[in-house]
Amino acid sequence: MSQETISREVVVGIEQGLHARPADLLAREARKWQSRIELVGKAQRVDGKSILDLLTLAAEAGTRLVVEATGPDAREAVEAIGGLFDRNFTDQHNSQNNNQTNDTASGGRRQS
Amino acid sequence: MKFSDFVAVDAIRSDIDADNKPAVIREMAEALVEAGKIPPGELEGIVKAIMKREDLGSTGIGRGVAVPHTKHPSVDRLVGTVAVSRKGIEFESLDGEPVQLFFLLVSPPDRPGDHLRALENISRQLRDDEFCRRLKAAQTPAEIEHLLEEADHHGFVS
Repeated sequence: MSQETISREVVVGIEQGLHARPADLLAREARKWQSRIELVGKAQRVDGKSILDLLTLAAEAGTRLVVEATGPDAREAVEAIGGLFDRNFTDQHNSQNNNQTNDTASGGRRQS
Repeated sequence: MKFSDFVAVDAIRSDIDADNKPAVIREMAEALVEAGKIPPGELEGIVKAIMKREDLGSTGIGRGVAVPHTKHPSVDRLVGTVAVSRKGIEFESLDGEPVQLFFLLVSPPDRPGDHLRALENISRQLRDDEFCRRLKAAQTPAEIEHLLEEADHHGFVS
């Protein structure tokens, strides 16, 4: 089994920050994958599958985080979670944050 | 942010009577009105807004904890309260477990950062099993207040 580690930077584009609902969506997505998934902030590294952990990031709009996955499906997991940030968590539920012009490009894969 | 920065101690309730989601939310919002933290005339609007938020997805975040909340223009700073249900209430939690610990938050619409920092504080403290256990076992509002103070000052070490 491959234990590859994949990471990419994301930016919190949601105006209210990574609050309870996006944290829930993120944890749900993360739990779909076998890989260990962590979100890395400036001061801490938390379990991406735990909503309690994610909320302790208190990540405001504009915060840069790194999504890091280790395991057999790491690449797909990072892609899926990165996609949530890219789409501002908007495609799964109606969002109160009707932000059409999300600035997804800044969190994209161009980061080395 | 500490509990003491947003929890209205006069609105803390131990052993609430409510046995369902709308009732617990109403009981906690009423406690905030009684404590003078939200205007009586705004009660219905706030309860409705919190329920609307619950419709988007339960704020029962697991481990027997829920954080019902809303933004509302009637408050000029973040206010919140804590309630404990001895028997636990079905809250459509993420882990399916009944909820015993409730942290209800009402924040001004223009202060999303404060709301995030309150959630940060609640979730960080509640990762501690001992803190969770002692809160759930608290018999009086004073006991809950004391536990929150203890967490503010020392944190709990598991």
